[in-house]
Amino acid sequence: MTKEKIEQIRSEFPILTEQVYKKPLIYFDNAATTQKPKCVVEQINSAYYHLNANIHRGVHYLSQKATEAHEAARQTVAEFLGATKREEVIFTRGTTEAINLVAFSFGEAFCKTGDEIVISVLEHHSNIVPWQMLCERKGLKLRVIPMNEKGELELDEYAKLLNDKTKIVSVAHVSNVLGTVNPVKEIIRIAHEKNIPVLVDGAQAVPHIPVDVIDLDADFYVFSGHKIYGPTGIGALYGKEKWLNAIPPYQGGGEMIATVSFEKTTYNELPFKFEAGTPDYIGSTALATALNYVKSIGIEEIAAYEKELTEYATKRMLEIEGMRIIGTADEKSAVISFLVGKIHPYDIGMLLDKLGIAVRTGHHCAQPLIDSLSIPGTVRASFAFYNTKEEIDSFMEALKRVVMMLS
Amino acid sequence: MTINEIQNEIVEEFNQFDDWMDKYSLLIDLGNSLEGLDEKYKTPQNIIEGCQSRVWLNAEVKDGKIIYEGESDAILVKGLVALLIRVFSGHTPDEILNTDLYFIDKIGLKEHLSPTRSNGLLAMVKQMRIYAIAFKAKGEN
Repeated sequence: MTKEKIEQIRSEFPILTEQVYKKPLIYFDNAATTQKPKCVVEQINSAYYHLNANIHRGVHYLSQKATEAHEAARQTVAEFLGATKREEVIFTRGTTEAINLVAFSFGEAFCKTGDEIVISVLEHHSNIVPWQMLCERKGLKLRVIPMNEKGELELDEYAKLLNDKTKIVSVAHVSNVLGTVNPVKEIIRIAHEKNIPVLVDGAQAVPHIPVDVIDLDADFYVFSGHKIYGPTGIGALYGKEKWLNAIPPYQGGGEMIATVSFEKTTYNELPFKFEAGTPDYIGSTALATALNYVKSIGIEEIAAYEKELTEYATKRMLEIEGMRIIGTADEKSAVISFLVGKIHPYDIGMLLDKLGIAVRTGHHCAQPLIDSLSIPGTVRASFAFYNTKEEIDSFMEALKRVVMMLS
Repeated sequence: MTINEIQNEIVEEFNQFDDWMDKYSLLIDLGNSLEGLDEKYKTPQNIIEGCQSRVWLNAEVKDGKIIYEGESDAILVKGLVALLIRVFSGHTPDEILNTDLYFIDKIGLKEHLSPTRSNGLLAMVKQMRIYAIAFKAKGEN
């Protein structure tokens, strides 16, 4: 991407001109959430001003219009993920709710005492706890794919974990701590040899690398809107029609029913069966705007530029004595976790904050992973396509200063 | 010195600096010079688990006064632990319980006590008071 292009992109994100503690904000916490371009915020405004009516049930003009916009947003999400059927996209509050939905509904339909669920050691809590809850509810066992010292999953070990009792595999596409891009296509292929379905947590992948659920042959694929420049509180679950039809609804209420009587209720068809209550049609349309915005820049271009940023930052960070990059997978996304000498990550994060640099510190909601590495946590810098090499240079200056103070 | 005299002293020490960096340097120095807690006190019972960093706190009574000792794995937190110990340690439960803790706010480090920082400090202050309540109850029995 050219400098002009990046400048133009940055001008779309008003928050990037903010100052914190009288210093220009450098936002390197994009893996936690991304900033919003004007078009997304304007879409939220515009939807409330011009498109606000409850959908799917009104006969009136505005309700029809809102319904059409919500369903068009579903189409946009489907296309963004490479899905061919609109009905295979369920709107959720985000990745967490999507995984909970599958863990609950799939668990109800297909799991019994003694069965097993396979996840990996580098999962976010949102891809651990819902499965643990299922394990507790129905007496299942959680099996965990290990990783090597670079932070790459060990596929040989993974294959050995799969057996007749394995009901589902659930893995992250990209690790939110290590940045590792997992070979999910291969993971899915191996599981499918034994007819085991796979859920892919795409929260950290969809904003950064091209995703095609058909090519991956994923059974379920989930992501959050707010991590891809969209609003908070909206995300999506893609599921193959055959699975979504085979599992029961997650929540009951309006919208998800066909007929209701006190004796028997029949459920609506896909996708509505999984969308109880008034859907977030404001969020869905703004999410569609965000996805179209990303598309207009090009996900391939974004991936290439972010790779350039990540490689540049990694190289520069290694100038610092005692620098330990946590996660050195061959395939890595725009996430760099690190530690310096014996300095606690909290100290680095607090002082960087004072210099206007937003990074995340701690266990990043992946405590089992952090424990397995025997570290107290990490400092994490994570990039988006509006970040620049100049910002990385400022970050480096600040980091050197902070490390000096703390050494 | 009374607890408030100590608090005022700390406020003065910090407020001689305008620059946040100098304040933090002082905090780091205080953290570095705080004697580490003896390993035997680093028990699960004494740990205050924050999301970001961990704090250990031990308390004993000597001649009706509470002696606090503590440590943290993060140096900035350890500096604040040192200050809290300086303020509270060596005072009676009543003195501790009647204290309005204002110095952290006045030296501009309030953010570290925010519940959203989850560094264990807020829980430590609470725990220091709980010790005071417990020792007071014991003393009255």
